[in-house]
Amino acid sequence: MMNRYYDIVIIGAGPAGLAAALAAKKEGAERVIILERNHEPGGILNQCIHNGFGLHTFSEELTGPEYADRFVSEVKKEKIPILLDTTVLSVSQKRVITAMNSSEGIFELEAGAAVLCMGCRERPRGSLNLPGFRPAGIFSAGTAQRLVNLEGCMPGREVVILGSGDIGLIMARRMTLEGAKVKAVAELMPYSGGLKRNIVQCLDDYGIPLKLSHTVVDIGGKERVESVTLARVDEHQKPIPGTEEKIACDTLLLSVGLIPENELSREAGIEINPVTKGPIVNEQLQTSIAGIFACGNVLHVHDLVDYVSEEAQTAGRNAARFVKRQEQRVEEKPAVALVAGRGVRYTVPSMIHPENMEENQKIRFRVDAVYRNVYLNVYRNNERIRHRKCRILTPGEMEEISLKKEELSEEFNPEKISIAVEEE
Amino acid sequence: MYDVIIIGAGVCGAAIARELSKYEARICVLEKEEDVCCGTSKANSGIVHAGFDASPGTWKARMNVKGSKMMKRMSEELDFPYQQVGSLVVCTDKTQQKGLYELLEKGETNGVEGLRILEKEELLKMEPNLSEEAIAALYAPMGGIVCPFGMNIAYAENACVNGVEFRFSSIVRKIRKIEEREAQMDSGLPSGFEVLIENQKGSEEVLLARFVVNAAGVNADLIHNMVSRNKIHITPRRGDYLLLDHTAGKQVSHTVFALPDIMGKGVLVTPTVHGNLLVGPTAIDIQDREGTNTTADGLCQVMEKSKKTVKDLPLGQTITSFAGLRAHEDGGDFILGEAVDVPGFIDCAGIESPGLTSAPAIGVWIADLLREKMNLHEKKEFFSRRKGMINPFMLSKEEQKELIRRNPSYGKIVCRCEKISEGEILDAIHRPLGARSLDGIKRRTRAGMGRCQAGFCTTGTMEILSRELEIPMTELTKCGGKSKIAVSFTKEEVKE
Repeated sequence: MMNRYYDIVIIGAGPAGLAAALAAKKEGAERVIILERNHEPGGILNQCIHNGFGLHTFSEELTGPEYADRFVSEVKKEKIPILLDTTVLSVSQKRVITAMNSSEGIFELEAGAAVLCMGCRERPRGSLNLPGFRPAGIFSAGTAQRLVNLEGCMPGREVVILGSGDIGLIMARRMTLEGAKVKAVAELMPYSGGLKRNIVQCLDDYGIPLKLSHTVVDIGGKERVESVTLARVDEHQKPIPGTEEKIACDTLLLSVGLIPENELSREAGIEINPVTKGPIVNEQLQTSIAGIFACGNVLHVHDLVDYVSEEAQTAGRNAARFVKRQEQRVEEKPAVALVAGRGVRYTVPSMIHPENMEENQKIRFRVDAVYRNVYLNVYRNNERIRHRKCRILTPGEMEEISLKKEELSEEFNPEKISIAVEEE
Repeated sequence: MYDVIIIGAGVCGAAIARELSKYEARICVLEKEEDVCCGTSKANSGIVHAGFDASPGTWKARMNVKGSKMMKRMSEELDFPYQQVGSLVVCTDKTQQKGLYELLEKGETNGVEGLRILEKEELLKMEPNLSEEAIAALYAPMGGIVCPFGMNIAYAENACVNGVEFRFSSIVRKIRKIEEREAQMDSGLPSGFEVLIENQKGSEEVLLARFVVNAAGVNADLIHNMVSRNKIHITPRRGDYLLLDHTAGKQVSHTVFALPDIMGKGVLVTPTVHGNLLVGPTAIDIQDREGTNTTADGLCQVMEKSKKTVKDLPLGQTITSFAGLRAHEDGGDFILGEAVDVPGFIDCAGIESPGLTSAPAIGVWIADLLREKMNLHEKKEFFSRRKGMINPFMLSKEEQKELIRRNPSYGKIVCRCEKISEGEILDAIHRPLGARSLDGIKRRTRAGMGRCQAGFCTTGTMEILSRELEIPMTELTKCGGKSKIAVSFTKEEVKE
């Protein structure tokens, strides 16, 4: 029979969960356990067989499985148990975690602290109200990626991709390399939601057209996709009649956004940020429920796994400290609010307690449109404390700034820190 | 030689088959798709109508009220999800309010129990999320919701267990009545019907039957007109729907209809038996009998009209949209019974709303008709009860533990959104008339029906199907026919 109590219970053995577990252990947490719903650790990295992972973390280019393996080996070395094929059913405010698997049935674990690392899911077709038939051959890009890379199956031969998120771009290249013809990538917005390097390396290098301000207005084929009709959209993202173009194909891949998987968090009563769809967290990446932390794509969707690992270390470290403190928490002074100003969609974290912050606090955020030759300004109350010139800012790339502890010291009487994109 | 061939394995065909299987008879159900519940029965509102809509004296009125009263018992006997949540017809325009009383009167004439008019205050207490404009409603406590797949599958499985033969992917091409004269003169031919089908292998085959039941949904006119000179005509009437996530499932607790007004029939907003919220349908007459494509216009209509009765609908939580076809016959009523000019040919045609509700009553009525005509005798051993699939989350903690201990596959979740275990998927494959496709699994277990819409579980379910049915991954389909999911293995061209 398993133990009932763990210092740290980590939900998910993707990049976030693995890094959080290691950091918690390093910070002194003794009993750490990871619960993973899949058959192996690594999460979505397992199906990302392309390279480009780890440039920041290891200063080398790794494939997804290689990147995951670096962490899995460490976790094994540290003898941190990973329960595989184990699905978490609920998390309570008192940090009782109910899970199930084949060997234990349904069981409960008590956690000194819990770290949410459930990742995200792809937005399905239904959430876009794409009209047309519902034949076989419509896949979210990640599903197609798993079919190709893990199952060795071709989802189709003539492909249209809707959405220029990173997985869609990566799959445009993958399908091309596997011998399929990718006829077009359509993007509703006037800019891509993916990384610039992916547009260059996955589309431009293969002559795949990226149709900005386009969407799918019809899907043909009753049993299997036979055609996809694209149309140009106006500034309100409404299709413009007369611009339709019917493309014969057998496959439609969707890469139209990722949604953090926060069903467990919501049921636990954790406050969710309506913009990120992830928990609202403070400088420790602690959610609105004491002792429950969040990191990685469940917190907000990242573009690079390196940032996930880094963020997860912060969460894991703080979770371990939380357990060490045994909940005898320092009376917290009011937090400094982080405000997403003009042009900024959100910030993570949403608030900072200066007395709890580390020497350097990373703040991550995304902008709401493409901006060229602008300034990224940071204000403490109304005083500008950062002024950074940016040649280009795009929603597809996560931005970050770093604040020093001394910048938030009491002498400045900080109430809020706001970040804005401005002309000067 | 069959005693009865039933054409169509939708909910009516299955209900007729199940009720007939009480008797000593050789029965075969022919279905053109690869599974039961593939046409109108799979894409509808899943509503058990109380029975105040249809004009008194019509088949629709009779069968609706009977069916609605049978639903609870049948759901217990055959173990399918049904909830008597009650329904509300909401009036949002004072000048139209008399329409509620007309409905009330019609309902009472039809024999619907418990109907009453609610004024605003009581109405809002009962259903607080109705729109500000709601002024009164007709309340029908008999109204309910049912899982249309669950019900169809339950009837079919029970029929199968009781000896009915089901032949899938079998398309009826021609039906010929064998005249009495011919039957007597000719050597072996009995009186009855020759049914020419294109079978699973794509070859033609002739089946003989003494009686034929036409339960062919939107194609029932084609089948009828193969043998009868009294032509009937069905128009597929498309209905577009939006299905919202569980998170929106509690927006209303009753089925909420809009009172039909000069602007036409409104759309309904209802919880489903699985805790989702369903919004729709439109009503658009089309030509294509397989035209189950949604249109931008149709989906827009649904979104607009739904706001009339329910406020703050979280349409952003839509997880899928779909369209179904109602089989609307020109006469506007169900066509039930023996075709006047073709003895032995029994119609169950023009089954549009309230067809799902009526199906249990239609099944009994047609089985009775055939029992009389054919002088059928009851079987000694009829299994009236069917046990549905086990859902581990419906069990007590101890039962769950015991189930997983006995069969560990129930402890392994494949579909994370709906929390469907491998055990349930295995059950869906191996039970009578088991699933052979992704959609078959989905209709039986709900795997893939949740918020990620099979994004995560597609490959897992495919692996299980492939392993259990010994079909290569590349031969698996979404819903039979040419709906292959993967077109080949990778690097197939470069392999030897």
